[in-house]
Amino acid sequence: MNTSTSEPVPRASQSALSNVSLVDRAYRIRRNALRMGEVQGQGYIAQALGVADVLAVAYFHAMRYRPEEPEWEERDRFLLSIGHYAIALYAALIEAGIVPEDELESYGTDDSRLPMSGMAAYTPGMEITGGSLGHGLALAVGFCLGLKRKKSSSFVYCLFSDGELGEGSIWEGAWSASHWKLDNLIGIVDVNNQQADGPASQVTGFEPLEARFESFGWHVQRVNGNDIDALVAAFDTARNLAEPKPRIIICDTKMAKGVPFLEQRERNHFLRVEPHEWQKALELLDAGRTS
Amino acid sequence: MRRSKYTRPAWLGEQGEGGQGTADKPRLTTSAMIASLAGPDQRTKPAPFGHALAALAESRPEIVGLTADLAKYTDLHIFAKAHPDRFYQMGMAEQLLISAAAGMAREGFMPFATTYAVFAARRAYDFICMAIAEEYLNVKIVCALPGLTTGYGPSHQATEDIAIFRGLPNITIIDPCDAHEIEQAVPAIAAHDGPVYMRLLRGNVPLVLDEYDYKFEVGKAKMLRDGNDVLIISSGLMTMRALEAAETLSNDNVDVGVLHVPTIKPLDEATILKEASRTGRMVVVAENHTIVGGLGEAVAGLLMRSGVFPPAFRQIALPDEFLDAGALPTLHDRYGLSVSAVTGSIKGWL
Repeated sequence: MNTSTSEPVPRASQSALSNVSLVDRAYRIRRNALRMGEVQGQGYIAQALGVADVLAVAYFHAMRYRPEEPEWEERDRFLLSIGHYAIALYAALIEAGIVPEDELESYGTDDSRLPMSGMAAYTPGMEITGGSLGHGLALAVGFCLGLKRKKSSSFVYCLFSDGELGEGSIWEGAWSASHWKLDNLIGIVDVNNQQADGPASQVTGFEPLEARFESFGWHVQRVNGNDIDALVAAFDTARNLAEPKPRIIICDTKMAKGVPFLEQRERNHFLRVEPHEWQKALELLDAGRTS
Repeated sequence: MRRSKYTRPAWLGEQGEGGQGTADKPRLTTSAMIASLAGPDQRTKPAPFGHALAALAESRPEIVGLTADLAKYTDLHIFAKAHPDRFYQMGMAEQLLISAAAGMAREGFMPFATTYAVFAARRAYDFICMAIAEEYLNVKIVCALPGLTTGYGPSHQATEDIAIFRGLPNITIIDPCDAHEIEQAVPAIAAHDGPVYMRLLRGNVPLVLDEYDYKFEVGKAKMLRDGNDVLIISSGLMTMRALEAAETLSNDNVDVGVLHVPTIKPLDEATILKEASRTGRMVVVAENHTIVGGLGEAVAGLLMRSGVFPPAFRQIALPDEFLDAGALPTLHDRYGLSVSAVTGSIKGWL
């Protein structure tokens, strides 16, 4: 396939001592996502661009893992409940060195390890099969209980979305997590106010989100999910909290963040981008990085 | 079919007369959620699943038990008492029960998750499908009230659980007959690497197969009794009904063989084909399940695909209906699962 429009960015070292800034990590995650989007010509690109800062902070500030050993017992677990966000997670896994960068062009193609909807059996670093929405948080309860049985110090991060909050199983998980005092669970809600049939706040309003999770017994933080510094502080607070309760970071993000002409599209749950627009998107992303 | 709730039951007589049934046939009461399946003189064993799991867990530290507010009614309370730190009460939340079991399996444990068959099959199906079966996780889902084993009506009668799970790739389906088999099945399904759905009889469970020199093996069908006129292929509690019916029919010079098929999936095709191929025997499949999608259709499909055509093929199964509430013996008579009903059906077909 023709990917001449998207030259790979030189990659910095993936080592723990890497001095690549989190801003740069987020930029590279976005770039990876755009290059994958170009393979399909369409997809959940706006979500990936929106959540890239969250993933950058998760994978390059908060989480413990070994790129060369995805099943390392002492890793922190990252559960992607929203299977269609796979493009975003692949972009982060590539940046983290868990998935080789040259597989990027196979996104969503036949016999790829990077299918459109994320599945545990396909992709290194993918812990669960999401996609049937509402599974992640209930699964996370089991991961957390298992880790506690093993007296592990690993955290379980679970990323789910505002629209997904309509699934009752999310609330079964939320209730149970506080009952079991799962202080090794860090939930992350991506609030981009966009779901398949329109703005999440209109489809079935999900607010007041902080109060809802607080009433379920969670430690709640709400941050601008596109503000790296705020995210770093929130992840630090969540990890270092002494209270024996599950923690949630509600992240308000902007769909298609970093590519202005895509940000401005009203319905961007599943973006169609014309062939000539990919280069423009990459250029705008690159320009935003240096501006 | 719709019920007419505005028609007074005829047996009550006119309002105010206070009829209570006739003296020669008293009306039975539905009684507890889980009525014992044992006949008045039948030998039983208490809580075979709970005791077997508690014992097995002594040597298998990775075993954990989870339930959704039904420990007592799935006999898991025996395990919970023996291993309190390995018991997880997940509350009345079956989607969570299954997901948490999946998560624990991903962390290397072997969860036994219990609830009622209706709730696993209907309410938690998507979670069993995506979190457990697709991942081929080592979770054992053990469910009470399979088929028609309660008089509480369709909300609790899992008449289609096997049909639902037969369509699910990767999962092994076990329908044990009695206490003896349940005791043997617990270590056997633990030794089997992969997801298992097992139907459970709980409480005082009839004890039958210990007299047949029987040993449960995952994936194996076994002849319990030979016979030249009729071959009953059965699973679950219908095997004990088949054995009793065979005994009754032998008094009428009808020679009935019984092939017990406790593993519905994967089916022991070789044994079924071998026995069904024997000339001259009517094949009757008997199951505690709707006639749609259970053992009967599995066997029928196998025989058709393999070009094996017995002189006659019949099914003893529940009708494709939402069944009545009532007392279990009444319902088993009504829907053809009792020994007398099985005997009568077979006689009628000969």
